[in-house]
Amino acid sequence: MSRWSQSAEVIALDPARRARASRSQAAAAEEGPARCGQPTRGGAPCRNLAGPGGRCRMHAASVPPTPGGTEDGGTEDGAPVTPLRPDGWHGSGAQAGRRPPRAHQGIDVDAAIATALAFLRRRLTGDYEVDVYGFDRELTEQVLLPLFRPLYRSYWRVRSVGLERVPADSGALLVANHSGTLPFDAIMTKVALLDEHPGRRHLRELAADLALRVPIVGPLARKTGNTLAHADDALRLLGDGELVGVWPEGFKGIGKPYRDRYKLQRFGRGGFVEVALRAQAPIIPVAIVGAEEIYPILANSRFLARLFGLPYFPITWQFPLLGPLGLLPLPSRWIIEFGEPIDTTAYHPDDADDPMLIFELVDRVRDTIQQMLYRNLMERGPAF
Amino acid sequence: MTGVASDLGYRVARRLEADDTVEYVAGVDLREPPDGLVRTEFIRADLRSPLVAKVVESTRVDTILHLALTAAPADAGGRARMKERNVIGTMQLLGGANHAPRLRTMVVKSTTAVYGSNYADPALFREDTSPDAGTHSGYAKDMVEVEGYARAFGRRRPDVDLTLLRFANFIGPGVDSAFTRYFALPVVPVVLGFDPRIQLVHIADAVTVLERAVSEARPGIYNVAGPGIVYLSQAVRMSGKPTVPVPQPFMNGLADLMRRAGSVDFSPEQLAFLLYGRVGDITRLRETFGYEPRYSTAAAFAQFLDANVRPLLDRKTAERWEHELGAVLTRARRFAAGLARRSGGAA
Repeated sequence: MSRWSQSAEVIALDPARRARASRSQAAAAEEGPARCGQPTRGGAPCRNLAGPGGRCRMHAASVPPTPGGTEDGGTEDGAPVTPLRPDGWHGSGAQAGRRPPRAHQGIDVDAAIATALAFLRRRLTGDYEVDVYGFDRELTEQVLLPLFRPLYRSYWRVRSVGLERVPADSGALLVANHSGTLPFDAIMTKVALLDEHPGRRHLRELAADLALRVPIVGPLARKTGNTLAHADDALRLLGDGELVGVWPEGFKGIGKPYRDRYKLQRFGRGGFVEVALRAQAPIIPVAIVGAEEIYPILANSRFLARLFGLPYFPITWQFPLLGPLGLLPLPSRWIIEFGEPIDTTAYHPDDADDPMLIFELVDRVRDTIQQMLYRNLMERGPAF
Repeated sequence: MTGVASDLGYRVARRLEADDTVEYVAGVDLREPPDGLVRTEFIRADLRSPLVAKVVESTRVDTILHLALTAAPADAGGRARMKERNVIGTMQLLGGANHAPRLRTMVVKSTTAVYGSNYADPALFREDTSPDAGTHSGYAKDMVEVEGYARAFGRRRPDVDLTLLRFANFIGPGVDSAFTRYFALPVVPVVLGFDPRIQLVHIADAVTVLERAVSEARPGIYNVAGPGIVYLSQAVRMSGKPTVPVPQPFMNGLADLMRRAGSVDFSPEQLAFLLYGRVGDITRLRETFGYEPRYSTAAAFAQFLDANVRPLLDRKTAERWEHELGAVLTRARRFAAGLARRSGGAA
């Protein structure tokens, strides 16, 4: 939120809106403000403050557009209201197709205050929805991902290539290389798909059980859309038309020493290919360049790893030498490329039982990612 | 039917009485059921005694509804008695049922607790997930054993339709369980750094599912729960209560203390539940059983809160705060804007 308010110029409001605002305040003094009342996804009436037309800003979009109204949320008297975030509060990601506008056009500060307070009130009273996997769309979009946006845009200057190859409204399995000691590569891929993809898609990552076991991290991982890497869950998510992300190298990839950078590790047992075949969902190879340099692992302390029950204990040149400061990642430059989808409808779902075919497809995906990595490394040039 | 004196059993008996196609209802329990049952014949019997087999024989019923499975050791008079009632009682009942030639339908109440709670579990449990090997204690372990006996019975009597219903935690107005008492605490202890996903079933939905299982043949195993989930943190916020995050190592001690104080009876498997939660996949209930729950988890919980829990921070207050704070901030903003304009004009 601060990003917006800092650079926001305060502009004079349309007098009509101002008059209406004071009128509604006067009315509210007696019986409380009018609420929207539109049914939310859970079936309960919406408790957001009602704006012009008797609906809140989130449900105003579901009103059939009046001839005078513009698509950009113009009010009935033509006052231009720039939405703070064009996406729906109630997760109507499908209908929102634009990136949030940069703040320099000026923001309606009063509306921003109302929106923020409504958000706080909903969080405080538990009035929000999560899906069965624990994905909290509102929290992810409004609080958690904005924290990482500066990393994406300014710090690592991530360039996303080939987003048009990711379907806008159907399921696909994204398979990517894993690196960087801490899974920032997964988070950046998530930001790329939400911010830069025209469909504003949420990536549902398949996580290791370790990540879901750790206090604080585990629940946060679930709330941002992670779930356990389990065939049942992955199949169901793909069947629901979600984008599922998988990092088949796992700990072998993310915890590998710096000297092995950009060398793909073994791709597990190929469970991800089986799932894609059964779900008949395309496999999209994804190559992430840049994450290898954020925490270059010089050595791995097996003793400490065993002591803490971790799959690896990285010794980087920053950590643990610099203490907590060593947790600061290096500002490498990143390229995330989404490759050509591999069509799985050419195969029968039962082909998932054929180990030869599975291994063949795994190798194909792996080779594709490796080549994409080399190409993008050449293109990127120096790491920083 | 067994367990007629329990809350669920009583509600089901009432529903069955209202059904004209049901000729006769016999309710077996140790305690007397609450008043209000008209047609049901109450038979006071201990399931652990061989008497039950005689009851099955003499009443010549065609359907057995086994609900006398208790989750609360305090109600049964200790953990050992509870286990005996659950497991031995089921064995006796099934033994009697084995020699009842007229028997056509057997419905056994079970629980999603048989799946356990673990970080390495899938997000949704399907019915074919094997019961968790980690359920070494308490109610969940009893139910794994009960299910085992029920399935063995199903193999011996293929002519009987066996329905195993794995219910999520019951919720709704008037429901009293360890889970509901937990939310009635003035402050709700949660485990620091964990936020389990919780799935609930409204008692009315549970009764309807049991009634359908009796009246229509629906053999198989089904998870029974309301659609959707709530996080524990969300549930506590909905109840308008403050939470106390307790570090995991101290949680067992706290549970022990609370058990002794007699407020909430936490068992070890419920503590695991507070870490990782548990959610069943209800696709089979919807598609094979053919029942769409009327209450989602969140709706069922909200109804329970309205009826049973007095919140510290209710929705109305929160909305008033939102409104008042909004007005103050808007005024402050206008004031600042006015100041900025004036100083801009002066310069």
